[in-house]
Amino acid sequence: MSIFTKALKRSIWVYHVAASPCNNCDIEILDLLTPRFDVERFGILLVGSPRHADALLVTGYINRHVAPRVVEVYRQTPKPCVVFAVGTCACSMGIFAKSYNAAGPLDELIRSVDPEALIVYVPGCPPKPEAIISAVVKAISAL
Amino acid sequence: MKRTMIPLGPYHPLLEEAEFFQLYVEGETVVDMDLRIGYQHRAIEKLSENLHFDQVTFLVERICGICSTSHPIAYVQALEDIAGVEPPERAKYIRSIVGELERIHSHLLWFGLAGHFIGYNTVFMWAWKYREPVLDIFERITGNRNHYAVMKPGGVRRDIHPDDVPELLRMLDELEPKVKMFVDVALDDPVLHARLKGVGVLTREDAIRYCALGPTARPSGVAIDVRKDHPYAAYDKVDWDIVVMEEGDVFAKAAVRLLEILESIKIVRGCLEKMPEGPIDAGLEEVPPGEGIGHHEAPRGEVFHYVRSDGGNSPVRHKVRAPSYMNIPTFKATCIGQSVADVALITASVDPCYCCTERMMVVRDGKGRTMGWNELVRLSKEKTERIKRELGMEEPNWDLPEVSFRRGER
Repeated sequence: MSIFTKALKRSIWVYHVAASPCNNCDIEILDLLTPRFDVERFGILLVGSPRHADALLVTGYINRHVAPRVVEVYRQTPKPCVVFAVGTCACSMGIFAKSYNAAGPLDELIRSVDPEALIVYVPGCPPKPEAIISAVVKAISAL
Repeated sequence: MKRTMIPLGPYHPLLEEAEFFQLYVEGETVVDMDLRIGYQHRAIEKLSENLHFDQVTFLVERICGICSTSHPIAYVQALEDIAGVEPPERAKYIRSIVGELERIHSHLLWFGLAGHFIGYNTVFMWAWKYREPVLDIFERITGNRNHYAVMKPGGVRRDIHPDDVPELLRMLDELEPKVKMFVDVALDDPVLHARLKGVGVLTREDAIRYCALGPTARPSGVAIDVRKDHPYAAYDKVDWDIVVMEEGDVFAKAAVRLLEILESIKIVRGCLEKMPEGPIDAGLEEVPPGEGIGHHEAPRGEVFHYVRSDGGNSPVRHKVRAPSYMNIPTFKATCIGQSVADVALITASVDPCYCCTERMMVVRDGKGRTMGWNELVRLSKEKTERIKRELGMEEPNWDLPEVSFRRGER
């Protein structure tokens, strides 16, 4: 295990990238910070800049307007980092797959700039907060 | 004084619609404002033309995750308008109950975020803590915390089980004193008075001129509410009042929303009391050719849906108008003349769920300086602190540490 991976597994700081969501996954992510779930006790912290982040939480499907911005955010994140595709839209584009404004699935977009990217899928519409915590735990133990 | 342009946006990675503002400032004062929307376009109206009428119910639910029952209510009413079908009585009550529970959770969500913007993180944590039982009830009666999928053309998909009713009433009984505590504590707080009163005033004339809706118009003395003006579901069968205030400032907007939670609790209780037994689905199988409209008072104002059918399986045209579309232009009336520190708060007071970690750029004499939403929130918090000092309230800093600035300090 490289020192970077070891450091990554400590307290994971996440940056929230809302591609074009319906806000639902987003409010569930915010829910994680509030007293019921309070992920800060595990060291999971929402940060204001991708440059500070160990993981990206991407919600919503990727439309053509947002795609270059998501790639830019991924480029700015220090590697190694984990990309969480939160919600069905981010995993598989869900109900919006046939939209004329769709730029393609998130994993293809990220892999097009970094074939080695670590992508974790959290399906659900929206995924329950427990599911998001579980995904983070699984991702850490799989590293 | 030199005029500076501050771009704000274009997309707010936290909550609702993405907008792009250009603030023109002279010193600290906003003198003009430009607004562009159209980000986060998901082609929902076009997608709905390729889906079956029943499937569109679930598509419109995904327009917004916070008011995710408002769009389906408006949409199924449009279909019922075309077909001339009246939903059964019990279904109407269930629609009202789900609609009002949603208003409770949405207003609590907003109140928490508003608290966060002015540096009262305790309010944020409290409001979201009290919101959780509402989501638990949703999970119990509809099967999901956020997208409820209760509406169906001609009725509702799920009945409320008699076993769930005591649970629902118990949740309301527990929530009511907490909301009253918010009303008493938060709205009697001298700092909040000093910080929110007279900020971002939307006059009655402006509210009418900009066609403001819902809790943006009602604090300005415009008693507009579809639930009263054009009753649907069970809103004309239970006793409740419209909350209207005259001031039009951010304080009035917060007060109207808090008092509306109490009205919503009243409506849910009344509905549970009067709800008759019976079928929940009138069985709308085919939609004849024609056009119909439906509306619902969402937590942010009136949602309007127009559907045209040619007798086939899909809408030929489906038009959606969401309330924030009408409310966002009021920034032009409320932000101008205010200081930059107040812009975050004023835009948040309309509840476009403005929660932006996108950066903004101050271009001054050709030299750029990047400011984030955090910066704006910090300015807002500093103003609160200043007011506290002026009021002689030197208290210990009981706020939670600012999440986003932590790494910089290490």
